[in-house]
Amino acid sequence: MKKTFIAGFVVVSFVAYAFLEQVKSWGFGDDSTLPPSRSNSAPNPNLTTLNSGSSPKPQTAAGHFKNGQYTGDSTDAFYGNVQVRVTISSGKITNVQFLDYPQDRDRSLAINTVAMPQLTSEAIQAQSANVDVVSGATATSQAFVQSLQSALNQAQ
Amino acid sequence: MKDTRLLMGMPITVEIADPESTLDSLSEVFAYFHYVDEKFSLYKNTSEIAQINHRKLPESQYSPDMKTVFALCEETKKLTDGFFDIKHSGRLDPSGLVKGWAIHNAAQKLRHHGYRHFYVEAGGDIEVAGLSSRHQPWQIGIRNPFNIRQIVKVVALTNGGIATSGTYFRGQHVYNPKKFHRPITDILSLTVIGPDIYEADRFATAAFAMGRPGIEFIESLPGFEGYQIDNQGVATFTTAFNRYLSDAKDY
Repeated sequence: MKKTFIAGFVVVSFVAYAFLEQVKSWGFGDDSTLPPSRSNSAPNPNLTTLNSGSSPKPQTAAGHFKNGQYTGDSTDAFYGNVQVRVTISSGKITNVQFLDYPQDRDRSLAINTVAMPQLTSEAIQAQSANVDVVSGATATSQAFVQSLQSALNQAQ
Repeated sequence: MKDTRLLMGMPITVEIADPESTLDSLSEVFAYFHYVDEKFSLYKNTSEIAQINHRKLPESQYSPDMKTVFALCEETKKLTDGFFDIKHSGRLDPSGLVKGWAIHNAAQKLRHHGYRHFYVEAGGDIEVAGLSSRHQPWQIGIRNPFNIRQIVKVVALTNGGIATSGTYFRGQHVYNPKKFHRPITDILSLTVIGPDIYEADRFATAAFAMGRPGIEFIESLPGFEGYQIDNQGVATFTTAFNRYLSDAKDY
């Protein structure tokens, strides 16, 4: 049963891939289907903040907390729970440690990357284009903020 | 027609660009997500998955959807060298697959109603069909992991799925207490484009767990492209990712 299923999947995948390649060659390769090009890749001068600490730090962390370690609530991020422990020294957050995090995949196996093509890299740049919708890992970050907030509440 | 609801612990947005869309169609999609949450939430004692984990439901009584999801999880585990695994501490947690599966099923419901232009987005994972109300491919931003109010890339999609796995916290050590206390600090987000959101999401989830080599795993998958951002603000992307860029000109 399982073998049939997997064999079936392989066949279906192959057909689907062949189909997709076909579609790409008719469709997405056709310039008429492209959106009008835009100048949205211009570097944003504000981007100098990227590597200088614009990560989401709590706004309220300015020297008002009691020293110690505080463990936040375990917060549901749908994929699993997020729970953090903050360390306060001299009234400031000096460390945030993840006690629980939805990293629920086995990571014991190495990936075989023999003969991979060279992938391209670039520095990320903020874009100013209008978009219909945004892809990103928001659910987890909201759970993080909730757990962190509950830890900081204890440090008040 | 567009609406957003908070379901499954995250905002879910559905937009239908077909002129003849109805409120009932949107409601049906949200009702479906509610159904999925009731069945697959680990945090509701009444859910089927909770009943299974509490050993209160024998395998012979699993619902068809539960059997389907377990079969898909097993298959995904094999396809990802075991990086996708729903067994943890004696508990089954298929939620890493359920979200993409549910979004894809919701999109299929819209297709069955005859809609051709829409997107369904749940917690940053998206399946799109056709064109937006501006009569162009859907413009999808990839969020900046250093600043969640910014986007760093715009891709244009007409049919397919786009999913992002990530931590979005720079310089903080992410530990898994159940495993090897190994911090994951080098990769902040991995966005995967695939033929549908189910495919994109499950491979994004598994590849992100691989750390830096994750993007190479995506490169090895035919029909998938990826954009991985590390903790230095450097993105690495697959060889044909550029063809999805909103301002691509070279094809």
